[in-house]
Amino acid sequence: MSTIKVNGQNAMLDGVSVHTTVLDWLRDRGLTGAKEGCAEGECGACSVLVARPGLESATEWTAINACLLSVASLEGQEIVTSEGLGTSNDLHPVQREIAVRGGSQCGFCTPGFVCSMAAEYYRPGRTARAADRHDPEHGPNGFDLNALSGNLCRCTGYRPIRDAAYALGGPEAGDVLAARLSSPPPAPAVTRLAVAGAEFLRPESLDEVLEVLAEQPRARIVAGSTDVGVEVNLRGARDSLVVAVDRLAELREFEIGRNEIKLGAALTLTEIERRLTGRVPLLEQLFPQFASRLIRNGATIGGNLGTGSPIGDTQLALLALDASIVLVSRRGERAVPVADYFTGYRQTLKAPDELIRTVMLPLPLAPFTAFHKIAKRRLNDISSVAVAYALDIEDGLVRRAMIGLGGVAATPLRARATEEALVGRAWTESNVHEAAIVMAAEGTPIDDHRASASYRSAMLGQSLRRFYAEHLAAEGVSV
Amino acid sequence: MFPAEVMFHGHAVCWVLGETLEAARLGAAAVEIDYQELPSLVTIREAIAAGNFLGSDLRLENGNVEVALAAAPQVFQGEFEFAGQEHFYLETNSSLAMIDEGGQVFVQSSTQHPSQTQEIVAKVLGVASHAVTVQCLRMGGAFGGKEMQSHGFAAIAALGTRMTGRPVRVRLNRTQDLTMTGKRHGFHSQWRAGFDDEGRLVALDATLTADGGWSLDMSEPVLARAICHVDNGYWIPNVRVDGRIAKTNKTSQTAFRGFGGPQGMLVVEDLLGRCAPLLGLDAMELRRRNLYKPNQTTPYGQPVRHAERLESCWSGVLDSGEVERRKAEIEGFNATHPLTKRALAMTPVKFGIAFNLAALNQAGALVHVYRDGSVLINHGGTEMGQGLHTKMLQVAATALGVPPARVRLAPTRTDKVPNTSATAASAGADLNGAAIKNACEQIRERLVYVAGGKLGISPQDVRFADGWVRGLTFGGETLTWEEVVSAAYFQRVQLWAAGFHRTEGLHWDAVAMRGEPFKYFAYGVAASEVEVDGFTGAYTLRRVDIVHDVGDSLSPLIDIGQIEGGFVQGAGWLTLEDLRWDESDGPDRGRLATQAASTYKLPSFSEMPEAFNVQLLEKAHEDGSVYGSKAVGEPPLMLAFSVREALRQAAAAFGPPGTSVDLGCPATPEVVYWALEKARAANHLSIDLSRVELSGM
Repeated sequence: MSTIKVNGQNAMLDGVSVHTTVLDWLRDRGLTGAKEGCAEGECGACSVLVARPGLESATEWTAINACLLSVASLEGQEIVTSEGLGTSNDLHPVQREIAVRGGSQCGFCTPGFVCSMAAEYYRPGRTARAADRHDPEHGPNGFDLNALSGNLCRCTGYRPIRDAAYALGGPEAGDVLAARLSSPPPAPAVTRLAVAGAEFLRPESLDEVLEVLAEQPRARIVAGSTDVGVEVNLRGARDSLVVAVDRLAELREFEIGRNEIKLGAALTLTEIERRLTGRVPLLEQLFPQFASRLIRNGATIGGNLGTGSPIGDTQLALLALDASIVLVSRRGERAVPVADYFTGYRQTLKAPDELIRTVMLPLPLAPFTAFHKIAKRRLNDISSVAVAYALDIEDGLVRRAMIGLGGVAATPLRARATEEALVGRAWTESNVHEAAIVMAAEGTPIDDHRASASYRSAMLGQSLRRFYAEHLAAEGVSV
Repeated sequence: MFPAEVMFHGHAVCWVLGETLEAARLGAAAVEIDYQELPSLVTIREAIAAGNFLGSDLRLENGNVEVALAAAPQVFQGEFEFAGQEHFYLETNSSLAMIDEGGQVFVQSSTQHPSQTQEIVAKVLGVASHAVTVQCLRMGGAFGGKEMQSHGFAAIAALGTRMTGRPVRVRLNRTQDLTMTGKRHGFHSQWRAGFDDEGRLVALDATLTADGGWSLDMSEPVLARAICHVDNGYWIPNVRVDGRIAKTNKTSQTAFRGFGGPQGMLVVEDLLGRCAPLLGLDAMELRRRNLYKPNQTTPYGQPVRHAERLESCWSGVLDSGEVERRKAEIEGFNATHPLTKRALAMTPVKFGIAFNLAALNQAGALVHVYRDGSVLINHGGTEMGQGLHTKMLQVAATALGVPPARVRLAPTRTDKVPNTSATAASAGADLNGAAIKNACEQIRERLVYVAGGKLGISPQDVRFADGWVRGLTFGGETLTWEEVVSAAYFQRVQLWAAGFHRTEGLHWDAVAMRGEPFKYFAYGVAASEVEVDGFTGAYTLRRVDIVHDVGDSLSPLIDIGQIEGGFVQGAGWLTLEDLRWDESDGPDRGRLATQAASTYKLPSFSEMPEAFNVQLLEKAHEDGSVYGSKAVGEPPLMLAFSVREALRQAAAAFGPPGTSVDLGCPATPEVVYWALEKARAANHLSIDLSRVELSGM
């Protein structure tokens, strides 16, 4: 019998369709705290907590967008909603702090903020910091404000919400949700839901998934559903076969070897960020700029490659890092360089029966890297253009240059002409200036609501100039 | 509701009822429509060129502009077009309608204006108003977007319930809401401004054109308020402002926090920011010199009472914001940072409170005291997050002398308080608070006789406080509130009352545009400091200091929340929120290009000022309003002009001294980048005085 544990109670998962979202299911059950504000993972009003494998504890309460995920994908799992955190007579510390500081006006966004904030409240790695540290994105209690980057409020102006976050203490003894962290989260349930001609499958093994794909290549593969969920909600996508792969052990490898780093395709961006602990500075710089924490908690690196969007930020970084992708099917495995992977607008080399299994980053890494994202809004926005750099500069000479561009063509792009203009030449202002002119002519940017083509082009050149300004120290320095 | 001609991209042509949302969605997707394509006007410039206007033109005139401009030592002229704004209340438009066996229609609606929702539903159903009850429990944000726009969706739900006899809910998803509902009006302006040798404005001649969208909606009063606020906090002795409403094939633009006021004020703030370098004056100094002083009068003839508060707020911000010290710091920073520039700008707000149309300045309330001493209040105002209900509880508790916990507030309903005005114009607490106070005072007037009798003292000496009833002097007997209420019941004294309030002293000639339309003015001043990145035009808001006049605050927590929230929403309009329509000749002409949260960006945590200091102006009692308080909903939005002006100054700092910067609006990173690139380019040009002319004319 399929159930989901909601706020400590088992709830039957019957009467749902393949495409019923967690949000709609919760609201149908009378749990109306979580709200639909945008239905595309932008506003966070639907945020809820899910028990997920943790790094510093067996389980972590992980905040996700309930509007994007199908409820079928959470069979056997545990959810906590704002109602499960506290009630108006018995407020959770997070709810109390928000209330007394005026952090809730119309209240529509508040349950979502409460859940996002509670996830950070319970994060085991959150520790108090020195009071004198100037860091506007962390509170004295170690609260990482990026935890709220996926939540929008139209009323307050955020100051009282930040004050509430920074005023939080730690969970008290006897806090049931804190106690829950020490035991593992529920194992993934093998799920098969067939309703009204549509089917949702969560197979047990990679082999089973590959078999399904071999027989039904039009199956929709989902992991965090952060992209597919938008299609379902706003564009009426109703795939007849949905296959969930996000919990497959075979897709969740993580290994830092001598010659390469292996990242399982189903690792979420949050997991990769936290497991790498700064080992890949380019990715370290990228992650906080990638969508929001809520999205990163669901979105996987494989999914970002799978959608093949020209503005998926990780793809440029992988281009610059000279990564390759391991594709797997019943026919076997093959490794494809990311540079060859994208073939057209949302088109890739991946055959319909193939699945992205692993992303491989070759070592050693180039010593000079940066990720520049140009967007209207600093947090949680889609890039107008983005640039990833990985350069090797030795004795003042550029030995190797790998530059990935996003937002300037139908696919992510290597800046080949710019790379050529740099490699073998001295790392000097005049040479960089010349290369920046070449860079501004890379790609074929368009005018749209995010930016004009001329701004996009200008930003490419400006980006290289900035990269130079940031790495002046490299000039003449042996590395 | 069922148009013969589709007037804009997103205009609903039919509605599909379904057992489930999914069924209704599929039903709507199956509808096929044959359109016959007609010519369209999408931009305000296209409408102006075609002479396509809505409603009446307006003119405000005071003094003699032509004579003053001819005599002015310095005259500048310019043009400025700026975009509107999407409300993006987190809760989209939503209504649930049902009908009982007696034919009574009950509609729950997310609306700022239940009485008008009721009227429209009644009209659509062809029944009298008494057959329709509209209730609004609360809204998940509104900001003016549910003052008028909500009615049609309620009517659709009501029509559905009448046709089927079953409850019908209409709820828009975000993209539908963005596509179908009206927004803040974008404006186009053309102006000439004359200054004397000290930089004082002597004349302003302006033409404002509001982009009204396809139907009139509230465009006329919005335009009137824009014209009445073109002076903002500045005394301009000679003024002529012409206003008109362009008709375009877009959503029907509507009320949005400030209701035209921000648009009018933006024109003068923009021109001062552009002219200051041309006058050789620091923009801060130019603004301060022009502030209203006591005994001066607005162009429409209303004395600017308490004008000295502008100066108090200004000097308050100078002090609390350590403005002089920071300006020196910024100068030092800019001298040593060629790739990054900072700037600090200060702007004032003077905003008129009351509906321009005098009749709307009335409110009702219904206060019940039950036999157990508990109190239930109803009033005509709606709660949209602005804290109105909390303030109304406080007013009732204070007026009756009972603890707030004894008072409960019932949902706003048209069968409890009829003929209400929209909760709008920032006047919700002023109007409804006065009506509640009036009802409570009626009850108290009756209870003093009951209590006086029991205490053996004169009724005039009875005092109510914190749930106790006692005499004026110390030491006498004390009764509980509940004892007095119970005694009153047994004496057959009426324990409930209907309260009413009308704002006195307002008059307005809408054709001549003269009179005293406002009860008072709300004042405030903000100082904003920004840092602009010379590579990209991206910026951060480093610090904001505000002193704002809310009278004697009914609730400082709520009022500061309104000030901060209004400010950030204003900053969103002016710097980030980028409404884009497809202006091409392609098949999607007229379509809103930013029709989702992923493409229309609201301020998020990254736009919050790093330091945000808000103070309420002290000693600011307002005579004749509820407990000396002032309205707070709209005015703080316009404090955000300081952010845009700081961005202008930071962009100018990339160029030679005295650079005048034209800044598009919203000032997104791209817009700021082009502005600073232009300023930077001026470093390489010799100063040619013939170029010192504002563009566009």
